[in-house]
Amino acid sequence: MNPILDVRNVSKHFHLHIQNQKHIAALTDVSFQMAEGEILGLTGKSGSGKSSLMKCLYRTYLASSGEMHFRTEAGSVVDLVTAREHEIIRLRQTEIVYCSQFLSVIPRVPAADVVAEALLRRGGDRAEALERAKELLDRLGLPRELWDAFPATFSGGEQQRVNVARAIIAAPRFLLVDEPTASLDLKTKDVVIDLFLAQKARGSSIVLITHDAHTLARMCDRRLHLEFGRVTEAVTA
Amino acid sequence: MIATRKFEHTYNFAFIDERTKREIRRKILKAIAIPGYQVPYSSPEMPIARGWGTGGLHASLSIIGPDDVFKIIDQGSDASVNACNLRDFVRRMTSCRTTFDTAEATLIQTRHRKPEEILTERQIIVFQVPQPEPLRSVERYEFKTRIMHAEADYAKMWVALYESYVKFGAIMNGAGYPVRVNGRYIMTPSPIPRWDVPNLSMAPCLHVFSAGREKRLHCVPPFTRVEPLEFEDVKFRVEEFREIVCAASGGDRAFMDEIYESESTRKFVINDSDFLDKVRLGQRPPQRLFQNPV
Amino acid sequence: MNCQDSDTGWLLRVRNLTKIYGEPIATSVQYTGPRFNSNICPETDAIVACAEINFDLYPGEVLGIVGESGSGKSTLIQLLYFDQVATAGEVYLSALDEAQTNLLTLSNQRKRHARNTLMGMVYQNPRDGLNFGFSAGGNIAEKLLMAGSFHVGRIRERAAYLLGKTEVPVARMDHTPSTFSGGMQQRVQISKAIANNPPLLFLDEVTSGLDVSVQARVLDLIRQLQRELGVSMIVVSHDLAVIRMLTDRTMVMKNGRIVESGLTDQILQDPQHAYTQLLVSSLL
Repeated sequence: MNPILDVRNVSKHFHLHIQNQKHIAALTDVSFQMAEGEILGLTGKSGSGKSSLMKCLYRTYLASSGEMHFRTEAGSVVDLVTAREHEIIRLRQTEIVYCSQFLSVIPRVPAADVVAEALLRRGGDRAEALERAKELLDRLGLPRELWDAFPATFSGGEQQRVNVARAIIAAPRFLLVDEPTASLDLKTKDVVIDLFLAQKARGSSIVLITHDAHTLARMCDRRLHLEFGRVTEAVTA
Repeated sequence: MIATRKFEHTYNFAFIDERTKREIRRKILKAIAIPGYQVPYSSPEMPIARGWGTGGLHASLSIIGPDDVFKIIDQGSDASVNACNLRDFVRRMTSCRTTFDTAEATLIQTRHRKPEEILTERQIIVFQVPQPEPLRSVERYEFKTRIMHAEADYAKMWVALYESYVKFGAIMNGAGYPVRVNGRYIMTPSPIPRWDVPNLSMAPCLHVFSAGREKRLHCVPPFTRVEPLEFEDVKFRVEEFREIVCAASGGDRAFMDEIYESESTRKFVINDSDFLDKVRLGQRPPQRLFQNPV
Repeated sequence: MNCQDSDTGWLLRVRNLTKIYGEPIATSVQYTGPRFNSNICPETDAIVACAEINFDLYPGEVLGIVGESGSGKSTLIQLLYFDQVATAGEVYLSALDEAQTNLLTLSNQRKRHARNTLMGMVYQNPRDGLNFGFSAGGNIAEKLLMAGSFHVGRIRERAAYLLGKTEVPVARMDHTPSTFSGGMQQRVQISKAIANNPPLLFLDEVTSGLDVSVQARVLDLIRQLQRELGVSMIVVSHDLAVIRMLTDRTMVMKNGRIVESGLTDQILQDPQHAYTQLLVSSLL
């Protein structure tokens, strides 16, 4: 197997200088591999380290030790723990996308532009990108009158849809998805799941965090269960 | 003025002492060597007030010799009070011959004009300069203008020309139009009209510009390029006197004075008095005329 | 493992950039910095405004520099823009002499040329970046003239285009910026800074003096221009919200040194250095 991701002995702890030098261990000795086109579900209770692991993969958190080898589209292998920042920036623009639970966008940018921007960053025609963005938003059931509104004012579910559309519009190779269906109705949930499965069908690999059994069952190829920051079992779905 | 003959003879030839003359001549040589560059010089006390032509006198008296023929004009005229007084002074201090004839003179001192008649290799023209710093209007600090010249940083000058064009539809510098000398320094040609500016370029004579009050002198050596600053699409132009004929001589193609006779009538007269006299005698002294771009 | 890969392709390379005011001695740098919580040399009272500054900037990247007043962040970009003379260090630009010449050793004339054609600066105070004696268009013209454009018609065309791009009414092109609002002055500054399409732009606290709503519009404009022109930027700000909105990477400065650098989201969510943790925890 030629894995897209090979995580070896990753640990993450936080050292809080300003709170009496508090030390928090978030991840301990996590190792796993992911095949291209695979959807890996991270399970475990709140605080078990799922989001920390995902953020380490995205480099929002700096892993304290270990290696995370990511195979790029060009075939080279990059250690996401130690890669130079500009390399990570480049990967974020082209291959790795993080779809968080919460929408954190630049203020005063309309929803359709937020979505289109992800495509524009990879170069492309603005009108075309906007067209594609609106198509996705339409499919996700975001009311047409919201397309030109600022997402900061949206409800949780509406923001979620913008988030999902933004994550998949550029068809990235590697997706980190945190609770994509949390505040959605059943019908939209299935639309979202189908969209992600379509990404998978195109060869994308996805790391998924969800508490929703339905989403988990429909999407995951394999699960990684975390407890207190350690992998306790890896289950093939 | 000098009160008695006895007193007069106690002065050195050409008034200024030899050491100071030598110093000024050294500075002139330096200015010739670096065309357009302002050379600080001693600017010794003269028996006239600074700003009344002391700089011109310094240069003239430093380089004049017993065989020189001296001519001095003020705004083109040999007869203005300032010119007459300074001519008298130079003659008394040097016993040199003086003349009104531009062609005959070997040393010409001037204020605000260059004679119409072409000057030759055997002639030197000294300009009285009130403000030698072309950048003063855009930069008030001397230490900064010196750095700007040293580094050929003329951005502000160019922007000033741009602004002038935008505001007035033309570059309005009527007198003292900024020029680039020998492709390097930007220089003020002293407050001569634009009409005279092209005649500085590749001229056979030596031009010495001297500002007594500011204690600076600069030169345009013979056969040196002098280019007025201009844009690709907004070109330098000289004053136009289209279909205007001199009321005194009938001559045309010379820089004209506009004279108002009454509130409603005016006439034009050739500004350069020697040139005017020659035209009246039916002569046509050699001139170099600039053709405005169409 | 990627060192070789990452050693090429940079736009700006800064090595050991140092600025010391006063009389430095050999140990001035050694005995100052965050470890001593001071940038004043204990021996000579020399002020180490910044020292040991090393970083690379890549094309299209937006780098933030954050830190409190006096941390050396403004000094750093002023050194890079030649507003101040560095005490030591090396600066290379890939677009200049094929990255072979240390910019700090250039003659003033070449420095000015590099500054006019390869860089742009937007200052906190518009008076530092604009000449209020000239019109808005004249200010832009200055940059264009210095890059060798001596055609008034084309200069005005370009100035009008730039002002339009930065949402300054073109009708006010021939007015002096002193008659403009603060936000509009900043826009004119931005027009001037990007006049020659430089690959590198410095922004020094550009929104600090503006009302909140005006601030937002200026930030939007900067973001939009960055995306359209693909220009690399160094954004200096004490405002983490500005840093978060504009930058990909961030360097945190304290007492004239870089104490931490990383991806902006990492700096904000997983700060490593004690000072950064304090800074981030103070963010509203």
